[in-house]
Order: sequence, then structure tokens, then C-alpha cells
Amino acid sequence: MQKEMAYSFPDEVLKHVFSFIQSDKDRNAVSLVCKSWYEIERWCRRKVFIGNCYAVSPRMVIRRFPEVRSIELKGKPHFADFNLVPDGWGGYVLQWIAEMAGAYPWLGEIRLKRMVVTDESLELIAKSFKNFKVLVLFSCEGFSTDGLAAIAASCKNLRELDLRESEVDDLSGHWLAQFPETCTSLVSLNISCLGSDEVSFSALERLVDRCPNLRSLQLNRAVTLDKIANILRRAPQLVDFGTGNYAAELQPDVFSNLAGAFSSCKELKSLSGFWDVVPAYLPALYSICPRLTSLNLSYATIQSPDLIKLVSHCPRLQRLLVLDYVEDSGLEELASSCKDLQELRVFPSDPFGVEPNVSLTEQGLVAVSLGCPKLQSVLYFCRRMSNAALVTIAQNCPNLTRFRLCIIEPKTPDYLTLEPLDAGFGAIVEHCKDLRRLSLSGLLTDHVFEYIGTYGKKLEMLSVAFAGDSDLGLHHVLSGCESLRKLEIRDCPFGDKALLANAAKLETMRSLWMSSCAVSFGACKLLGQKMPKLNVEVIDETEPPDSRPESYPVDKLYIYRSVAGPRFDMPPFVWSMDEAVKILH
Amino acid sequence: MSSENGKRLLETDAGGLNFEATELTLGLPGEPRVTSDGGAKLGSKRGFSETVDLKLGDNNREVKLGHSLQEAAKSPVSKTQVVGWPPVRGFAKRGKKSCKYVKVAVDGAPYLRKVDLEIYNSYQQLLTSLEDMFSCFTIRNYLNEKKIEQVNGIEYMPTYEDKDGDWMLVGDVPWQMFVESCKRLRLMKSSEAVGLGLTTGPKYSSTN
Repeated sequence: MQKEMAYSFPDEVLKHVFSFIQSDKDRNAVSLVCKSWYEIERWCRRKVFIGNCYAVSPRMVIRRFPEVRSIELKGKPHFADFNLVPDGWGGYVLQWIAEMAGAYPWLGEIRLKRMVVTDESLELIAKSFKNFKVLVLFSCEGFSTDGLAAIAASCKNLRELDLRESEVDDLSGHWLAQFPETCTSLVSLNISCLGSDEVSFSALERLVDRCPNLRSLQLNRAVTLDKIANILRRAPQLVDFGTGNYAAELQPDVFSNLAGAFSSCKELKSLSGFWDVVPAYLPALYSICPRLTSLNLSYATIQSPDLIKLVSHCPRLQRLLVLDYVEDSGLEELASSCKDLQELRVFPSDPFGVEPNVSLTEQGLVAVSLGCPKLQSVLYFCRRMSNAALVTIAQNCPNLTRFRLCIIEPKTPDYLTLEPLDAGFGAIVEHCKDLRRLSLSGLLTDHVFEYIGTYGKKLEMLSVAFAGDSDLGLHHVLSGCESLRKLEIRDCPFGDKALLANAAKLETMRSLWMSSCAVSFGACKLLGQKMPKLNVEVIDETEPPDSRPESYPVDKLYIYRSVAGPRFDMPPFVWSMDEAVKILH
Repeated sequence: MSSENGKRLLETDAGGLNFEATELTLGLPGEPRVTSDGGAKLGSKRGFSETVDLKLGDNNREVKLGHSLQEAAKSPVSKTQVVGWPPVRGFAKRGKKSCKYVKVAVDGAPYLRKVDLEIYNSYQQLLTSLEDMFSCFTIRNYLNEKKIEQVNGIEYMPTYEDKDGDWMLVGDVPWQMFVESCKRLRLMKSSEAVGLGLTTGPKYSSTN
């Protein structure tokens, strides 16, 4: 008797214990222990993350987790960022909002990425959730300032409104004025994506004035340099600030006002924005540079000498995003000044130019790998690379978790030996045992995939373009990469064999994208037929895939696991390979 | 896993699927494509090998470009782009003074695209890029008055809506003026455009 009692905790105790368990993985593990733990856990799960909005239906989520307060959803595949997914493909959030409006009256947080959000959805959010606190629309589209006005007007306790990289139809700049005078709760506001006429600056100033907890503010490009000082003086507690336009005629009083305003922000650690920079105004930042941990200059057209000066003032920098104007010389300075650097992203200033316009090569990245032992995350666009450089980088930075290299011209070989870059990328996966994300480029054969399959055991996301020789390449990846969740491939000679031979693997992944490859329509149909837990979708913008022979390759293919079955919102150019749907099509 | 093992796995009945029994042949792209009426279809979707062998800015792209556009493509200032490469997000917004996104509608196609007019320097570049995006047909080029190889028997005329709401033929005004006044593009079937009385103003050379 006593033994039994020792093993049965009241539900309340378990609930309390579970409330300390935040990570999804742990929560999922808890729910598998036994039926009663499953029940208790599902009633107290407050936060749900859905990496593919079509993997599950709103109804299923609501049925299992009745008391959710925070939801995160992702829609379109990553390659949508590069115009590979046609408009109208999907990723609509409205149905989710509609169902949650009824089921989750206390929903407080919605975070969306690459989804289509209409004004109707925003209006529904505004009127359905009385305790709404956080709205993050990352790379979303489909809404206008009218929808934002509804949010501003209705959400009395809004803490976060973050529209980063979204596309907003501008209809009026007055939506900001819709925040009532009683709204003082804002902690984070990111309107950097808005176009010129979309912001009423005086309304913004008044808003900033009355929100003492505002920690993060990203202005849009239309806000001119002379206005920065006004804003900063109203919010000296800011930790994260994005300027608008950073250009003006050099005037001593404007400069000193700006410098003074920046220096009064004792907590400021992160800066971004910097459209249209006039270098003479950069020294206004010097007083806060020693505290800066993150600097996003990816829109700043400043040349290497000015970048070098700026960076040399920032010894605590952990994260730098910059255009390739930084050049090898700038990266060498970074390597010697910023020993805490963890993340580096170098973007191309002229990606479509035929000739290099700046002196940025593999040397810059090698220098950073040598000088910055804490480097974990790299995104690097350049025009030449060598196996030797990649091997050096791999050996210098065994702690890399994300490595994305884009050599601008497809199929570029090692510029020293003219060989493929298989060995170089092989060294990356071999030495960087915690690598979770990898993007390949340059001339690559099936060998690189053999290395990846052999060593990339922790790899979760792989992006491949213009690489490989045969199905063997794809087979190495699908059969070897145990942790693989997302695979995106374009313009590679991968066909049916590897895909069909590894069909079961696809159920262990979130999604697979293949475009301009060699997968036949027949194979897609077979996969759709044999794998009911996969949604196999063929995208063809010119004509139905069954108007051609079955052996014809499909243009684009998107396969993802789902417990919701085929989706109902496919546009005319997306064909589902699901048996049931085909009969109705 | 050695490559030998890898090869063996491909031949076995992995995952419950015996793909050999499906009699699927690996139809490689680049093989001649035959339509249901038996005619060979040129200029249809680009197969993999065509993409890979694409020497951008070269004269080898005989399949899709008509002669006139081919000549213009001989010495471009910037490359004709492969869609989505290099993988830069919203590039036009980086390091540029402005970006001018306009929607492009195509008669008969159920989808829209957006293009940033700022990244092109001439009508030729724009039209070539549009051809890439909507790769099933060629676009009639008014600049040179030459007829381009027709595909599918359907010819399209590039038109645009200007600031005043009028629909004009692409190519009528100097390039920069066009960029400033263009609100959106529509590739109209030539057969439909005939009766519309679209005015054509003085012609400008392709060096604009």
C-alpha cells in the first residue's frame, strides 16, 4: 500500500513540475511516458511551435492542446525567399486564426514566418484575443496598414509588434496614431520594412514617449538622420535600435546632437538600419561602440576604410552583418579587433555583376576563422574559393554550427587547382561535428555528398544548388544524415532512384524541396501513392504534369510529412500526388 | 557508408518500394520533348542540362531567345539572371537608393510575379528576364520590329500601366522614363491587343 502511494503524485504536483519544462522536445518526451502524463501535459502546454503549417490542421492542434497561449507557425518553403515559389502557392494564416479565435480566447502570442496574412486575419486577431501581447510577422505578406491599424487600436496590452522583412501595402501612415493614449506597454516595435509614407513620425514620437519599457525599436528608411536624436532622447533605455536613413549634409550641431543622443543610451547593444550612410556621421556612434554586441550594416553602402574604423571601435562585437564592401582588409581588421565574434554574414553588393566589384575573396573569411575562435555561424558570398581555404577554416573553427557559402557563379571550381570543392566542404563536415546547417556552392561532385552523409550526423538543414553527378549524391545524404530535417535542392541531376529508395526517410524530415532536377512525374505519383503520411506536391506553372509522359521530369517538387492529409487550398499550378485528391482533380 | 554499400542499397527493395518493378524509366531532361500532337515543343520549360550549360550572357541560348534579343544579349552590363540565383533576399533593397517592384501579369497564367525594374538597365534586359520567368513563350519585341520565333502559336505583347492609368506598349519611351512611370506590367496576347489601339510613339534604340 505504502509503495503504491509513493509512486502516485497528485495531478497538481505533476502539473507544477511540468510547468518548468519549456522545450518542445522535453514536453514531447514527457507526453510519451504514460497515458496520464500525456493527459496532464496536454492540458498544461502553453506554447506550440509548428514548423510547417500544413503538417497538421488547426483542429488537431486545438483538440490536443486546449489551453495554448502562444503559437508559432511557418508557411512557405525557404526557397520562396529567392522567388522560386510562385505567388498564390499557399501559407494562408486565416483559417488558423479563425479556429483559434473560438478555441483560445486567451491566446497572447502569434509568431508567423513566410505566411500570407491578410487584413482580415489581422482584424480577426484584433477583435478575438483580449490579452493579445505579441505579434511577429517575419517575411510575411498580404496585409496593409489597415490591418496594422486594427491591431494598434484594439490591442490594449500589446508588447511586441515586429514586422521584420514583411511586405506591407502602404495605404496610409496614420495607423500608428491608432495606438490609444492608454497604450504604454510596448517593449518591441520593428517597422523597418515599411515604405516611405507609412509612418506618421509625430505619432511615433508620442508612442515612444509613453512606453517606458521600450527596449527594441527599428525605424524604417523614411526616418531621416536628424530625427534619430529626438527618438533616442525619448528612449535612452533602448537595448536594440534600428536607424532609418543615415544620411545628411554634415552639420556640426546635428552631429553633436546625434552623438550626444547615442551616448545617453547606456544600455544600447545592438544597431541596425543604416540605409544610405554618410560616413562622416559614423563617429557619432563611437561612444556606444565599446558596448555593441550586434551590428547590422547589410544595407550600408560604406567602403572598407570607414568600415575598418568603425569595427575597430567595437571589441565586444559578437554579430556582424555587412556588405562585401568590407573587403578582405576589413575582415582582417575584424579578426584582430573582435575576438568575441560568433556570427558573420557578408552579403554581395553587386550579385548580378559579371566582374567582381570589390576586393573580397576567400582570404577575408580565412582571416576571420583564424582570429575569431568563437565563430559559430557564417554566411559568406564571394566569387572564388579554394579547398585549401576551406580546410583551414574547418580546422580553425571546429565549433561552427552554421556554414553557408555562396560562390556567386554556379559550378566554380577551386581557383588554384581547378578541382571540385568536394575536399574543402568535406573538411567542414568532418571537423565541425556540431554543424546543423550547411549551404553548398561551387563545383561539386557526388563525393561531397559522400562526405556529408558520412560526417554530417548532426546536420539538420542542407541547401544544394548546381551540384552532384548522379542519384548517388542524393542517396548519400538521405541515407547518411541522421538528423536531417530540411533539404532543399535546385538544379541538380538527382532523379527517381535515390528518392524512391529513401522514401521512408522522408517521413522523418520536415520537408524536401527539389526544383529543376530530374525527378519524374511517375516517381512523384508512386511516392504519393505509397506514402500516405507524405504530401507530395508538384508545382508546374505552365501545364498539368499529366499532359506529358510519366517519365518527364517535374519542374518543382515539394514533399512534406503531414498528419492532416492533402491540403485544400492548392492553387491551380500545384498538383497533389495523393490518391484521393487525384480522383477529384 | 562506403560507396559500394550505397550502390547496393539502390538496387535492393529499400523501404518496401521495389522501384524496379514500377518500370519507371529515368527520363532525363534535355531529351526531345514530344507533345500529344507529335510536334516537338521548343522553348518549353528548361531542362536541367540546359540550365547547367547555360553560359549566361552567351549566344548559346538559341532555344528561347529570338534573334533580335540574342543580339542584344551579346554584351550585357550585368548577367541575365538565373531565377533565384544568387540567393539574395530582396537584393534591390540593399545598397540601392530605391527599388521599384511592379507586378507582372500574363494573360492565361494563373499567377503573378513581381520584378524590380531598378535592377535592369534596358528594355532588352527586362524582356529577357521576363522570358526566363514565364518560360513557355516568347515576347514580341517592338523595339526591332522583327518577329520572334513563335512558340505555341501564341505571341505576347508587353504592355504596362503608367502613372495616369493608361495602358501603353513597352518600349515607347526612354527606359528611365518607363521605370519611373510604370505601375505594373501585363503580357497581353497579341490577338487581344490588336483591337486596343495601343499607341506606339517614336521608337527608341536598344541602347537606351
